[in-house]
Amino acid sequence: MTLLETEAVTVRFGGVVALHEVCLQVQSGEIFAIVGPNGAGKSTLFNLVSRFLDPDTGDIRFEGRSLLAQPPSAIAGLGIARTFQNIELFDHASVLQNLLIGRHTSRRASLPAQLLFLPSVRREEIAHREAVEQVIDFLELQPYRERMIAGLPYGIRKVVELGRALATGPKLVLLDEPASGLSVEETRDMGFWIRDLRDRMGITVVMVEHDMNLVSAISDRVLALSEGRVVVTGPPELVQSHPEVVSAYLGDAPEAVK
Amino acid sequence: MEILQLTVSGLANGCIYGLIALGFVLIYKATEQVNFAQGDMMMLGAFLAVGLGNADWLGMPFLVACAGAVAGMAAVGWSMERLVLRRIFGQSQVTVVILTIALGFVLRFVAGLVWGHEPLSLENPLAGSNARFAGLVLGLDEVAVIVVTLLLTGLLFVFFNRSRLGIAMQASSQNQLAAYYMGIPVRRIHGLTWALAGAIAAIAGILFATKGSIDPSAGLLGIKAFAAAVIGGFGSLPGALLGGLLVGLSEPFAARFIAAGYSQIIPYALLIVVLLLRPQGLFSQVMGKKV
Repeated sequence: MTLLETEAVTVRFGGVVALHEVCLQVQSGEIFAIVGPNGAGKSTLFNLVSRFLDPDTGDIRFEGRSLLAQPPSAIAGLGIARTFQNIELFDHASVLQNLLIGRHTSRRASLPAQLLFLPSVRREEIAHREAVEQVIDFLELQPYRERMIAGLPYGIRKVVELGRALATGPKLVLLDEPASGLSVEETRDMGFWIRDLRDRMGITVVMVEHDMNLVSAISDRVLALSEGRVVVTGPPELVQSHPEVVSAYLGDAPEAVK
Repeated sequence: MEILQLTVSGLANGCIYGLIALGFVLIYKATEQVNFAQGDMMMLGAFLAVGLGNADWLGMPFLVACAGAVAGMAAVGWSMERLVLRRIFGQSQVTVVILTIALGFVLRFVAGLVWGHEPLSLENPLAGSNARFAGLVLGLDEVAVIVVTLLLTGLLFVFFNRSRLGIAMQASSQNQLAAYYMGIPVRRIHGLTWALAGAIAAIAGILFATKGSIDPSAGLLGIKAFAAAVIGGFGSLPGALLGGLLVGLSEPFAARFIAAGYSQIIPYALLIVVLLLRPQGLFSQVMGKKV
């Protein structure tokens, strides 16, 4: 079943065409990677899906419904969560508080009930806490539960951001360079977690990533972008050896020889 | 005894400065805008209560008039964000400052047109009555100001720490982008923050008017409250209240122990000393802003 689909989306920033008639289809339960050199339009694509940008033409559909009428604040409620290339956490709150904010869209109690902390609110709060604790167990964040984000190492913050995305209870997560800035070991762990969240939680993953080892180790399909156009879509080994992908990353062979 | 009485009247004034300062900080934290009309919103809130409650105006019962003034100022705050501030979103800080100063003038002249420029007093059940307590004579109005501020502070504390909306406000003040993708409608939150600041301004105005009289230039008190917010540390809600209390306390003591005129100077002298010695404010959590 197709979960996420873009139909010939084009985005222009002034005279620059950031995306040119890009079509992609992500199947439910897939790990789908987007690769391409800097400026290829990968982040623009994420910003479209999370409704931070409007396409000039084309359509974006999630579970068959167009996303174009949705504001960015509605995306989490539909079941799409994302992480950012430059971690966007609530720096002056603890790990636990950050994850609990992930439960924002599923809080139901009325304002007076919340202020009085009625038993119904207490039950709801316990359920949210349990959901968050599962995420903490899954990502092995127990030692950091009460720590402030501002004081945590980069690698841990990266994991917390993934945790916050999972706490929203998503069907689809968009991971923007999940391994950037991570050590070799941390990258390997991140790879395991991404695969596990698909295998154990049934969450579909779309990720932008430069680390080709990680991409080929865990993704089912890869889409290569260059200068806003789709070069090729297919299994990792095919995309990696595609001549246009190689030239987009390394430059044309003759030029290099010259 | 005298010290205690000075303390009570200083605290009562300080509560009002603190509540106005709270409005400054609330809006600043949520939207990074400094609202120089906050003092004038306080003044307008007091006049709304006068208009609804005083016998020669609408003559509603006191508490009904207060509730009406609070709701009215929440609506004024919300509309100021919605109709004016939202349109200049992303402009420089100076633009916002000049615009809100102008909005303050507008509110002042509107109040002058409707209620006149002569001082009016808010008819209230506590006016002029005293409480005698262990040889102390305390104005009930002053005691009421302190009690109401304490209750409001408690309510706000619960609101910001327990309620979904309060937590959403904190979240959007820390990181707007992340807040959006947690499902928080950040713009609506900005509007509601202005509404909350308006409601708090109305409460401050009512408390101010129960202690004395109100006229359209009463909003200039906002400057002193701004100093209080800076003294407390501009990014901190408890700091704003404590800064207000400090300024409030400093005035009667300066008047008593230095000379009468000094009560007007002492808040700004405090401001200068704090800025020289601890520029981030007395109670701020240290937070350098990432660029």
